[in-house]
Amino acid sequence: MGRLMRQPRRHALPGFGLTLGVCLAWLGLLVLLPLAALVLKAAALGPAELWQAATTPRALAAYRVSFGCAALAGLVNLFFGPLLAWVLVRYRFPGRTLVDALIDLPFALPTAVAGITLTALYASTGPLGRWLEAAGWKVAYTPSGITVALVFVSLPFLVRSVQPVLETLEPDIEEAAATLGAGRLTTLWRVVLPTLWPAILSGFALAFARAIGEYGSVIFIAGNLPLVSEIAPLLIVSKLDQYDTVGATAIAVVLLAASFAALLALNLVQLWTVRRRSAEAR
Amino acid sequence: MNARKPSAALRDPAWLRWSLLALALGFVALFLVLPLVAVFGYAFEKGVAVYLASLTDPDARAAIRLTLLVTAIAVPANTVFGIAAAWLVTRFQFRGRGLLLSLIDLPFAVSPVIAGLIFVLLFGAQGWLGPWLAAHDVKIIFAVPGIVLATTFVTFPFVARELIPLMQAQGSEQEQAALTLGAGGWAMFWRVLLPKIGWGLAYGVILCNARAIGEFGAVSVVSGHIRGLTNTMPLHVEILYNEYHRTAAFAVASLLALIALATLALKQLIGWRLRKPPQRDAAA
Repeated sequence: MGRLMRQPRRHALPGFGLTLGVCLAWLGLLVLLPLAALVLKAAALGPAELWQAATTPRALAAYRVSFGCAALAGLVNLFFGPLLAWVLVRYRFPGRTLVDALIDLPFALPTAVAGITLTALYASTGPLGRWLEAAGWKVAYTPSGITVALVFVSLPFLVRSVQPVLETLEPDIEEAAATLGAGRLTTLWRVVLPTLWPAILSGFALAFARAIGEYGSVIFIAGNLPLVSEIAPLLIVSKLDQYDTVGATAIAVVLLAASFAALLALNLVQLWTVRRRSAEAR
Repeated sequence: MNARKPSAALRDPAWLRWSLLALALGFVALFLVLPLVAVFGYAFEKGVAVYLASLTDPDARAAIRLTLLVTAIAVPANTVFGIAAAWLVTRFQFRGRGLLLSLIDLPFAVSPVIAGLIFVLLFGAQGWLGPWLAAHDVKIIFAVPGIVLATTFVTFPFVARELIPLMQAQGSEQEQAALTLGAGGWAMFWRVLLPKIGWGLAYGVILCNARAIGEFGAVSVVSGHIRGLTNTMPLHVEILYNEYHRTAAFAVASLLALIALATLALKQLIGWRLRKPPQRDAAA
């Protein structure tokens, strides 16, 4: 996608040394040096101690809560994300631009603001919570609340990864399917949806990577009960508050590995899509 | 580009259209509109006087000042870096270019809490440089420099991310022409490149700014929550909320929500501007 760079090399552009220097200095000091501190800390501990600190019952429970709620929130958005993208691209209705702009609200709204607002809404005294609790569903201060916060945070990833694909989708195949007698639902399900899967999956991977590390929007609504509703990032913070840098480092390594795995999967999906496209073009 | 009228075959039947639309708008109302309205509702639940008092409280004012200071350092720094990185990556081919591209995105893959943790491991009392810093009486963690560093780390990729695809697509013909006509490097930068990438740059800066103002997790780890000294606006919201000053918490939160709304509006405006064909702009 736009990765091609064909420029005739007529004039050597200036600034290579300067920009390289700025980049390496800034990247090195701000990103690589601190990350190296984490890697060195983990390496100094050695695998046995690291493993022990990363797999305490409390840590394991925190991973279960973080990964489980992130996956659940991703699944909710797996449905609503593409649905919103479809409605925004294909339908014309009053206020469409406004809704389109609002999709990015979770990116723009500070996470702490989202956190206290969702908590106030879903607590047993809040307008939504009162109603849901009467129906027997306690949301705030339980894993359900964590999932609600993560649905909010990860929604834009799914919408924004599917939207551009829908915008550039050629109408021919849908028309062909209709001509061949397929009903509209069949066409959507069997013709449109398969072309969207790569975009949906990469949106899911981005959303998941973000959601497992999310902190601000979650801690207010989570209840933060160890073993039950404590997320992994919060456990890092409480380890640090107790000056347990070993515990904090170990959990951070697991979380980082999980985000990198999600993003690696994303790159593989994209690679696979490009391969498939070029195979089809042949 | 999407102006073509969809043919009948591409139109969903009315019942499907209405149910999908209802489902989508219902979801948006519940998950996006309701929280946004609630922020302002709770902020004003005790009237305008209490609202204004919460904003003019000395601790709130100190938090606002600190947030502005941190943003005023982090955003320009990352803007300079973003332009340099985009120029380097889109105008030159060199070994390690791919690696550099992935490293620029790295902070996006790191949980905010971990972003705070790495600075604690480096500069904290038990960190690698901790003893040296203590000996020289320099405070980074639980002080303003740590907050600036953590915020800059978290907002690191925004400007570069917007500029790289834009400058890739624009190509370097105009810069080449300027140089051929005898312009120096800096003249080319100010008079040719900057006007050309202006809107994309503004887009990246706005996103970077919103995140810098609102960052919570990373800042929370390195701040130490010292009232009046190391509390940013989001941290002040947290403290007020946890001390059951709900109205005051939402009053400060409503300021942050206003900034978020302004960000969304500007983003939409610049988005329209960016999607216009660039040639016409250049000719004007």
